Amino acid sequence: AAALTAIAARPAAATPETAKQLLQTLAKGEPKEGRVTLKAPEIAENGNAVPVTVSVESPMTDKDHVKALHIVADGNPNPGVASFFFTPLAGKCEVQLRVRMAQTQKIVCVAEMSDGTLWSAAREVKVTIGGCGG
Amino acid sequence: MADDIKPRIRVPQNPKKGDVLEIKTLITHPMESGQRKDTQGNTIPRRIVNAMAVTYNGKPVFSGKLEPAISANPYLSFFVKVEESGTLAFEWKDDDGSVYTAEQKITLA
Repeated sequence: AAALTAIAARPAAATPETAKQLLQTLAKGEPKEGRVTLKAPEIAENGNAVPVTVSVESPMTDKDHVKALHIVADGNPNPGVASFFFTPLAGKCEVQLRVRMAQTQKIVCVAEMSDGTLWSAAREVKVTIGGCGG
Repeated sequence: MADDIKPRIRVPQNPKKGDVLEIKTLITHPMESGQRKDTQGNTIPRRIVNAMAVTYNGKPVFSGKLEPAISANPYLSFFVKVEESGTLAFEWKDDDGSVYTAEQKITLA
């Protein structure tokens, strides 16, 4: 029982606000919803490795491509997850990764396009067993 | 420890010119988050792979900055458009300063 209390009492340092602040430092501006598709399980039994796929609609040409993709999560000890950077050589903007999730939380992605526009998508993942070693 | 770290790469077979290939990568690495405690209650120091970069024939294709929120044995898949035969070069950077590299030749049909 002691261990359980310890898990419950451990504060998650990241909040939706700190996640948003981090996104602002990564990509300044107000992102519009759309163009970004975020695939993640609705319920993740094991928070140690939650498969996440992010794709961005883009022709990936020299003139029009995705420059960066930032991913944050608002329920982990720290909000940052990863930032990815692309060049037109990629041909297609899609990345698959596995994320640790300490608890049920929302993950947010913001894509930074070569024309400076920002697009975002968000999704909540319910986590049955948290994945930060607790 | 460093000896256990091994990159693995998978690329599709028989690519043709202009194909957009899905590249799957995995590197065995503990990705110690710096949040965990050992049995004595001491914090286990953070040690993660904090960056990854990929070039094709020396030109950058994809790179990433990774945080402790990435799972142990970080798996990443992404795409590369191949217009010519060449070499994909991968590089992972560890918190402790180590750099792990791998190469994969791609020969177009």
